Amino acid sequence: MAQLFFGYFAGVIALTAVLVVALKNPIYSALSLLVMFFHVAGLYVTLHAEFLAAVQIIVYAGAILVLYLFVVMLLNVKRDDRYHGQWRIAGFVCIPLLLEFMILLAGGIAASPGPVPAESTGGVTGGNTLAIGETLFSTYLFPFEVASLILLVAMIGAIILAKRDVGGDAPQ
Amino acid sequence: MTELGLRLAVSLAQIAAVMGIVMLTVLFLTLAERKVLGWMQDRMGPMEVGPYGILQPIADAIKLFFKEDIIPAGANKFLFSMAPILALVPALIGFAVIPFGPDQTIKVFGISVKPFVISDINIGILYILAFTSIGAYGIILGGWASNSKYSLLGGLRSAAQIISYELNVGLAIVGVLIMAGSLSLVKITEAQAGGFWHWYVFAFPAPQIFAFVVFVISSVAETNRVPFDLPEAESELVAGFFTEYSGMRFAFFFLAEYANMVLVSCVAAAMFLGGWNAPYPGTILGLLGLESFAWAEGVAWFTVKVYGFLFLFFWLRATLPRLRYDQLMKFGWKVMLPIALGNIVVTALAVFIYQQMK
Repeated sequence: MAQLFFGYFAGVIALTAVLVVALKNPIYSALSLLVMFFHVAGLYVTLHAEFLAAVQIIVYAGAILVLYLFVVMLLNVKRDDRYHGQWRIAGFVCIPLLLEFMILLAGGIAASPGPVPAESTGGVTGGNTLAIGETLFSTYLFPFEVASLILLVAMIGAIILAKRDVGGDAPQ
Repeated sequence: MTELGLRLAVSLAQIAAVMGIVMLTVLFLTLAERKVLGWMQDRMGPMEVGPYGILQPIADAIKLFFKEDIIPAGANKFLFSMAPILALVPALIGFAVIPFGPDQTIKVFGISVKPFVISDINIGILYILAFTSIGAYGIILGGWASNSKYSLLGGLRSAAQIISYELNVGLAIVGVLIMAGSLSLVKITEAQAGGFWHWYVFAFPAPQIFAFVVFVISSVAETNRVPFDLPEAESELVAGFFTEYSGMRFAFFFLAEYANMVLVSCVAAAMFLGGWNAPYPGTILGLLGLESFAWAEGVAWFTVKVYGFLFLFFWLRATLPRLRYDQLMKFGWKVMLPIALGNIVVTALAVFIYQQMK
């Protein structure tokens, strides 16, 4: 049953991820991304990480993608072909990546059969959110704070960039 | 397998019951809003259909059902049809985790069922936040797919507004979450039992009054109601994102707006006002020796609280003029957000000190 669900979610994620870059209408791309976010959240649920699943939807589907759509609609790009004539560059980048991936995969199978991580997350039912909080604020406190600092810097940068035009005589 | 089938049947019955109640409430609300607005403006409201106009919602439903369904030329047909569904489904899905009454379990054919909540999941409130944020897609896509400038402007306004105010809703409830120590709405409600001084608006270590005010104002903004109904401002945008919609598709947007109103009222009642808990300890029916009927009192109190909020929505609509767009954004980011953040800091400190003192 779990395998079946994983297969479904993984399949849809792969398909919609391809569609995001393959579709010509940017709105459809964004919607395909939305479907993908939902299936990633579904994958989290099958791994008993409900908190992550909810946060995934709230942050990515509920906020970030809405902003994307906002921008896409504001620019009102109709079928834009500019980004679809880059097969050579794409091939140049992707073929080495694919080769590396396959080599890694082959090596990985030979090296370790991958011990299945048992459902050790949470432990107590409902301790999922608690477990994430405790790990985040003890084991990974430093990376967590660094990440939040980076986000803060990015936010300040965005505000400064946006504010420059308000002065009136902004250089176009 | 039979047990699974039975569980499925029971769940479906519960879902059908909740959906039915929500739809009836929405039907009633459309009438109640017009009546309340009428009384506040010193007129009668709808009086023609049925005695005292009470059959007006049914007449409206029939009218909408038989209206011509127009898809404007140049509209994106697929998204134009998808958008109303995308708006309505998230509004209805949220009711799955709302506790309507006491957390009891009854046995139905050998399996235990909680009659007053469809599903008590650990992340209940996050689940609701997640799906209300999805509701924005219906509005945005509806605005875009209509291929009309009024619709597009309405959709864009809605996108900005929902993102801004969703943040405030999320931050406002953090104080309650700190005090309850749980994300499950059932547990949050249960922690508020025993009198109105235990409700989180008034509860001891850190009363959530400010968070409550922020939550209510932001919910009004999130449901696109007056005075925050910029996405459908009729004096500037015709009807905003649903300008081009007619018939049943329009009815879906309408239903979604009212279902969202009911949902945020339920959440506000459950998070801040003790949910189904009476404002006094215990229940009157329990004192009278009718312990097995005490749930009815709980459900009645929940209904009273929810309708109180819904009345507030109408009251605001009758009283306040619409905000200007920049005022709306300024208010959300420069007034509500700092209050909500300050509330989190104060609550966290208060709860920490309180726990150390114990």
